[in-house]
Amino acid sequence: MTKTLEGADGLTSIPALLHRNATKFADAPAYREKEFGIWQSWSWSQALDEIEALALGMIDLGVAEGDFVAVIGRNRPRLYWAMMSAQMCGAIPVPLYSDAAAEEMTYTLGHCGAKYVIAGDQEQVDKVMEIQGDLPQFEEMIYLDARGLRKYDHEKLRSYAQVQDTGRARRDDLIADMKARIAKLDYDSTAVMLYTSGTTGNPKGVVLSNRNVIETSRTSSEFDHLRQTDDILAYLPMAWVGDFIFSVGQALWTGYCTNCPESPETMMTDLREIGPTYYFAPPRVFETQLTNVMIRMEDASKLKKRMFDHFMAHARKVGPDLLDGKPVSFMDRMKYKLGDLLVYGPLKNTLGFTRVRVGYTAGEAIGPEIFDFYRSLGINLKQLYGQTEATVYITAQPDGEVRSDTVGVVCPGVELKIEDNGEVYYRSPGVFVEYYKNPESTADTKDAEGWVATGDAGFIEPDTGHLRIIDRAKDVGKMADRSLFAPKYVENKLKFYPNILEAVVFGNGRDECTAFINIDLTAVSNWAERNNIAYASYQELAGHPQVLATIQSHVEAVNRSVAEDEMLSGCQVHRFVVLHKELDADDGELTRTRKVRRKKIEEKFHDIITALYDGSRQISTVTEVTYEDGRKGAIKATLEIREAAVEKVTTRMAAE
Amino acid sequence: MLDQSEGYTTADGRKIGPVVMEMKNITLRFGGVEAIKDISFDIREGEIRAIIGPNGAGKSSMLNVISGFYVPQEGQVFYQGQPRPPMKPYQVARQGIARTFQNIALFEGMTVLDNVMTGRLTHMKTGLFWQSMWKGRAETEETVNREVAEKIIDFLEIQAIRKTPVARLPYGLKKRVELARALAAEPSLLLLDEPMAGMNVEEKEDMSRFILDVNDEFGTTIALIEHDMGVVMDLSDRVVVMDYGKKIGDGTPDEVRGNQDVIDAYLGVAHD
Repeated sequence: MTKTLEGADGLTSIPALLHRNATKFADAPAYREKEFGIWQSWSWSQALDEIEALALGMIDLGVAEGDFVAVIGRNRPRLYWAMMSAQMCGAIPVPLYSDAAAEEMTYTLGHCGAKYVIAGDQEQVDKVMEIQGDLPQFEEMIYLDARGLRKYDHEKLRSYAQVQDTGRARRDDLIADMKARIAKLDYDSTAVMLYTSGTTGNPKGVVLSNRNVIETSRTSSEFDHLRQTDDILAYLPMAWVGDFIFSVGQALWTGYCTNCPESPETMMTDLREIGPTYYFAPPRVFETQLTNVMIRMEDASKLKKRMFDHFMAHARKVGPDLLDGKPVSFMDRMKYKLGDLLVYGPLKNTLGFTRVRVGYTAGEAIGPEIFDFYRSLGINLKQLYGQTEATVYITAQPDGEVRSDTVGVVCPGVELKIEDNGEVYYRSPGVFVEYYKNPESTADTKDAEGWVATGDAGFIEPDTGHLRIIDRAKDVGKMADRSLFAPKYVENKLKFYPNILEAVVFGNGRDECTAFINIDLTAVSNWAERNNIAYASYQELAGHPQVLATIQSHVEAVNRSVAEDEMLSGCQVHRFVVLHKELDADDGELTRTRKVRRKKIEEKFHDIITALYDGSRQISTVTEVTYEDGRKGAIKATLEIREAAVEKVTTRMAAE
Repeated sequence: MLDQSEGYTTADGRKIGPVVMEMKNITLRFGGVEAIKDISFDIREGEIRAIIGPNGAGKSSMLNVISGFYVPQEGQVFYQGQPRPPMKPYQVARQGIARTFQNIALFEGMTVLDNVMTGRLTHMKTGLFWQSMWKGRAETEETVNREVAEKIIDFLEIQAIRKTPVARLPYGLKKRVELARALAAEPSLLLLDEPMAGMNVEEKEDMSRFILDVNDEFGTTIALIEHDMGVVMDLSDRVVVMDYGKKIGDGTPDEVRGNQDVIDAYLGVAHD
């Protein structure tokens, strides 16, 4: 390899980048947060001042080099600063999922042996207090929002402002120590540790070095031509690698501004107000937004609705081509311009996408209709494929080569290979250092030459070089007749229907496939309202005969589409049930990033699965549910088992 | 008995100050109906004082006497050591007393923010002229007051509905907005008329937390009327129990809980 991996201009650590920005872009906005109804902003030099004050205060508190400092809370500038302050102390920041229950935190905090915790508010402080008896190494907690904490025992508790004040007061005594610690940081020292959400077993602590973070940020920023004047909205969990790269890595590399919403509930309003130019959202967010738009259009006046339908049809026809720079006739261009004035522009403004120049989605497959909807509006929405172990980027779609069914071409600096079993391997400067305190798993995932197994099965399209992912490698199984079983492939097709929120397909080692389906309450309840269908609960709506009939028609449509693919035609769904409860992370059925945990679901609902295969017409079941405060309850239901029509397995002849 | 001049310290370590309001032998009649019969009790600085009782016990009438809306035929109200003359509602507000209503009295067509801002009226000094000019003093004043309103919006976690007209909000949120408006006046005594009425368990928990936080954070003295015994017992420092216009109990939640008259009033006994 000829390209340098040693960091241009001595920028080999996050504090070094921060110092550069504070000099080079001193007065440019670095962070904004809406507080008390007003966007408060901090320039790069102000941010540096705040971060240094906190770092000095932390040194005063006793934070030593190599200590782990956990950061728990929603996206707020001060918590991003806390991570950088930890780095300035030579400590390692560990952002944790703020919605995790206390027991889940016991594992992560205990595993990394975090001595210090920086908590966003009372809720997080309470959780850590609850488990601190199980954490022998725990020393002190710093909190941000003092609300409700006045009466707490402050022996091991300090406010963020108080630590900063100490830092400012003792600056002269401690600044030399801090500078020495920063000077020791190099390209191979640890920048951050992130826990993977883990579909199986305990979460693993992924150690990422400055090299991983900075190299990845550099190449990806160049790939998408990110600019210093860009704006992003930081609203995804801070513990997620993507947020770390977008809001810390790339933000520091390019010097753009990170905007934090006022509260999770105001996210959509804040999105409109900020109008980010660089935006990331998982497919679910795009889906929800589209569903909301469609619902509101149903209620709009006749004229508006006709205008919307007319121009959206035109946008679908020429919008994506315009975005990709393909030739479009003059008349079509003119009509698109008119549509932009009347429909697309106002719609984008409502959604907060007016300024989006680079938009990404990843994590799950996105429905082609959803994807095309946004692209046809002129929003440059693209897909990328990545994981924590790769510091996000493995493949991404370059401008002008965007499709809904691939995840793009290899990112700069990344090498890709496909093993015989279909599993995708990669090697790049972003490849993680190790799983903390877990050499076996590290060795299992990363071989001596640095190749990392993604755990996903896929293939590279020969003519375009685009990667297509079929499913998780371990989920790809065989049916009883040895044909391929790819549950995710079918589930995604099902989930593309707005009425279906979640689907789980079973069939590994069996003759036929069956499925669990969750209805999307927003879409289905709106439909029920418009059709005068009364219901009292989620459960009742989910079991309504007309809802079941609609879902059945979706399943049958998916079967027809699955049957077209020779390799996967065995995966047609023969029977299904619509579940009486929404699958939920609190019940362990989904991961915190809302991925299906197949094993858990199979164990928990084994009676329903049995019923799907033994010819029953219905099944009575009792399900345990966990409420948000950790209490448990149970719901009883009788579910109807529906048969879905399947296509005869088509041969090539019949297909033509 | 509690010492009359000094305060006391609660179980969770809060310091309760001297008496701020005292009701002495209050009797209130509506024609021939005696709504309140010879009731005396006091409210101390920084405490959460509850008035409970079954339906028709005279709780709301009592609260209206405290707020100065009803003038009792007999007895005297002392506020901050002074006997209180009959007053107009705005005079009451200027004395630092704010309240919420049992059946919600918000301006339905106005946004949440505007409703909260109306709570700041007593703190606005500029006249119509300056307000309409929208320059100089009026502008500065608006900024200052908006800041207070925003702090309360943040405190009660209603940022997401800041610009929503009140009419579009569900009941539980309207109650919270009403509390916000009362708090905007920065009262020293806050009167809450059935703050938990008609709420589900979760909304009740939220509201209880806000009431405790208000007391804790701003040191506001709170007098509240409540139906739900469980909530009252968890929330308040001292409780007055009323039945048929009479006071049948007064003391800490534990004392009240053990009081035979109170048990009878709630569970019912045969009247002869």
